[in-house]
Amino acid sequence: MTTATRPSRRRRGGASEGSGTGSSAPIRTRALTKRYGHRIAVDTLDLEVRSGEIFGLLGQNGAGKTTTILMLLGLTEPSGGSSRVVGMDPTRHPLEVKRRVGYLPDSVGFYGNMTGRENLRYTARLNGLRGDDAEAHIDAVLEQVGLTDRADGRTETYSRGMLQRLGIADALIKDPDVLILDEPTASIDPIGVIEILDLLRRLVRERGMTVLLSSHLLDQVQTVCDRVGIFAHGRLIGVGTVAELAATFGDGAAHLEVAFQPHGPDPREALRAVEGVDGVELDADAGTWRITVRPVSASPRVREAIVDAAARGGLRMTSLHELEPSLEDIYRTAVAGMTRGFAVDETIEEASA
Amino acid sequence: MTAEATVEVRAVRGAEPRRRAGWLIVARKEFADHLASARFIILLLVLGAATLIPLYIAADAIRNVADLVTDNRGAFLLLFLATSTDSPVPNVLTFVSIVAPLLGVAFAFDAINSERSDGTLPRLLSQPIYRDDVINGKFAAGLAVIALVMFAVFAVISGFGIFRLGIIPSADDAIRLLTWYALTVVWVGLWLALGLVLSVAMRRAANAALAGFGIWIAIAIFGRLVVEAIAGALAPISSAASLQEQLDLAGLQNAILRVLPLTLFQEASAVLLRPDKTTVTTPATIDQLEQLGQQLQGQYLPFDQSALLIWPHVVALAAMTALCFAAAYIWFMRQEVRA
Repeated sequence: MTTATRPSRRRRGGASEGSGTGSSAPIRTRALTKRYGHRIAVDTLDLEVRSGEIFGLLGQNGAGKTTTILMLLGLTEPSGGSSRVVGMDPTRHPLEVKRRVGYLPDSVGFYGNMTGRENLRYTARLNGLRGDDAEAHIDAVLEQVGLTDRADGRTETYSRGMLQRLGIADALIKDPDVLILDEPTASIDPIGVIEILDLLRRLVRERGMTVLLSSHLLDQVQTVCDRVGIFAHGRLIGVGTVAELAATFGDGAAHLEVAFQPHGPDPREALRAVEGVDGVELDADAGTWRITVRPVSASPRVREAIVDAAARGGLRMTSLHELEPSLEDIYRTAVAGMTRGFAVDETIEEASA
Repeated sequence: MTAEATVEVRAVRGAEPRRRAGWLIVARKEFADHLASARFIILLLVLGAATLIPLYIAADAIRNVADLVTDNRGAFLLLFLATSTDSPVPNVLTFVSIVAPLLGVAFAFDAINSERSDGTLPRLLSQPIYRDDVINGKFAAGLAVIALVMFAVFAVISGFGIFRLGIIPSADDAIRLLTWYALTVVWVGLWLALGLVLSVAMRRAANAALAGFGIWIAIAIFGRLVVEAIAGALAPISSAASLQEQLDLAGLQNAILRVLPLTLFQEASAVLLRPDKTTVTTPATIDQLEQLGQQLQGQYLPFDQSALLIWPHVVALAAMTALCFAAAYIWFMRQEVRA
């Protein structure tokens, strides 16, 4: 309570947030469920976001990401289950939670007839900040998102990317412990995306903030998130680092890409002969060879062996590198597995009914 | 309706006395927005011009009457009632009863749906304020703006009467005028609340505005026709009926007409502005009818008696306003944040 009543001037120290509960996870849900009539938007969600990490909630449009976020902010009442945000139940203490959680809504909007600064000032007032204190805060967050020189223009003249950055500034005004961003990179040009992701990394590093972001653009999020949760049809079907997810949802193989100088001898047989190589394929367009290695752990040894084999066979290798598991691939495998699971469930239901 | 919720709200707010109430911050911002908006200019022009023009036209008539009745109570209030016999311009009272609803709707029809379509609603609601602070603040701001302008217009009319025509209001006149002003604010509040309901119910501001003005026209023009037709059907007055029967039926028709808020406002206003009006109802018995006929011209009711006469009207109007606002409030509280 003592910390909660001072939303602005409190500085965060170490890993432990969540006043009074002794919990180190700023966001935690237990069997959180939201139903709209018969449709289940969020299905018994168990989610834990650790202090000081960037957590990505990935899923297609309509997977239940925004609904989950609204429940975490106490803006929508869950149909079942419970959640703790900064140690409090957002349904019962929405004000305390909203005081400490900054939120960037999906396609954020501002009052077009007011300047960026005026918009932020309104948010500051709503958070109990006034006078010089508020102005200093506003200047600081504007600087942080790089909008200082456009701050006194009406927001109706802003581009989508500027609005998005102003939205982040708006969420930062209250000096939050947790930042929740709904599709922060949607409808922004690639350079704008890089700027925003850099900004997020910096915030986490400098302010020790915990960030939960949702996105359907997997490759963008892959670079910035410490951990990701894959969300489909209201269920969390996988959580972990990208590498962990690759191990869980991947095909149990690592992939290498090798290229040789053109017009050399055919390397296919030499590559096949290496122990641990499961398959060799020529990518005719790129002129590279794609090698499947099983198990994943054999990959370093196989790489060395390929270099040796190439030298022995007089093959002049120009590149050799391991292909990063793509979140997109993982996502596709995970969702496919999930859909199969669904089909099974439904048959069982039908049988019992 | 939300007694428990209110208690809880108070309890939580009591725990942190330093925090200013959220609705005040919302209201302040909305108030500033209104003052800078185009519709405020239109409000000023419409209300100002259209109350001053009939006043100017009626000035001669008032001056003539005022000379005759300078010692009469209520002469000052004629400023709001008088109209020139040879001009079609309505008096101030008629004008306020027609224009005020339009203003009420105009200042509220886009209150919630514009926040929704601009994408500012989720951002606003994710700030540490209660959800009802938003709708309360918007209602308060709209009411404050219109009340302010109304006050200015009334003051100008009064000043005109005092300085140009030399009519000094008595204490009774002043109280009557202030009471009528309060009644007018409630009247505007009813339409503001209706505008709020529409702004919650309709996703598009343009639709809400159209619906609001449509409802007003329906009530002002067709409502009266329809209600009169219903009254006529329920209580047909035939010439064959006795005088007492005719009086009963007329009373019933009157009662039915009071379903319309416009009737309530106009009846209450007439009693407030005319101290010589001693009844709002048609006489119920033959005795009363005779009494009325015997009443001397120039008999005036003191303010408290007039107030007693229209008390039910005021309560009914206030209740309608509260009901309308409650509808907007509950609807908004239950609505999903997401469109």
